[in-house]
Amino acid sequence: MKARVHVMLKNGVLDPQGAAVRHALGALGFDGVERVRQGKVIDLDLAEGTTEAQVRDMCEKLLANTVIESYSIELG
Amino acid sequence: MKAAVIVFPGSNCDRDLAVAFREAGFDVSMVWHKDTALPQGVDIVGIPGGFSYGDYLRCGAIAAQSPICRAVADHAGRGGYAVGICNGFQVLTETGLLPGALLRNAGLKYICRTVGLRVETAASVYTEGYTAGQVIDIPIAHHDGNYFADDETVAALRGEDRIAFSYADNPNGSVGDIAGILSANRRVLGMMPHPERASDARHGGTDGTAMFRALGTALAPA
Repeated sequence: MKARVHVMLKNGVLDPQGAAVRHALGALGFDGVERVRQGKVIDLDLAEGTTEAQVRDMCEKLLANTVIESYSIELG
Repeated sequence: MKAAVIVFPGSNCDRDLAVAFREAGFDVSMVWHKDTALPQGVDIVGIPGGFSYGDYLRCGAIAAQSPICRAVADHAGRGGYAVGICNGFQVLTETGLLPGALLRNAGLKYICRTVGLRVETAASVYTEGYTAGQVIDIPIAHHDGNYFADDETVAALRGEDRIAFSYADNPNGSVGDIAGILSANRRVLGMMPHPERASDARHGGTDGTAMFRALGTALAPA
């Protein structure tokens, strides 16, 4: 089974990379991009029967720093 | 007086930190990240700067899960002293021994230069060689030194006099200009600037020496 974890900086936490991407899009002539937030996607190949709770535990312990990042999990 | 300096794959200030401890009178052991215990009788643990595990995932995140970091957490839990500099500060926040987190510099650039650092409190074994309000010159060299904590945490740090150093001219966007903080028991210090790189005249500055000298005095056997 597979799980995909999305890790994003929390709202309110400065995302200088997102801001730089937004600026570059503007420089390329893409008007109207008001905000860009950049995160990461982590794909996990897991043993059958791994529970969402276990993946959540992985997020809390390592994959996300919950002081600054939020995460979401897609199982499938 | 014994100091241990942790060596992770990617540490690059480990030897500098060992030299600074040694100059202050400590017996220094270098401790490999896969070790599960600190040497007997260690008074202070140093977590050096560098790029542990290549900064994969997040700076300090993988190092914080290493076997030796469990021993460092136990040592701090027993009231032991620990100082994390640069990547070491990132490791200390990732282990939860210090609050907050380090983000990418607000200007997105790696910054390597000497900055003015205001000593916010002299009430710790690390800072009692300075006077509160004194501005010292210490080098920084980091890409992810933008200290972040929520308002409540920053207010608590301020209220408990746990901000050790702040930037005179904030180079990286850190909240409240914070450059270094202390644990609640004031025995764990994390800071982004490098006092060990300003502890010999040949470095171009000696403003970091007072930290190691004060540590040597404070931790000397009675």
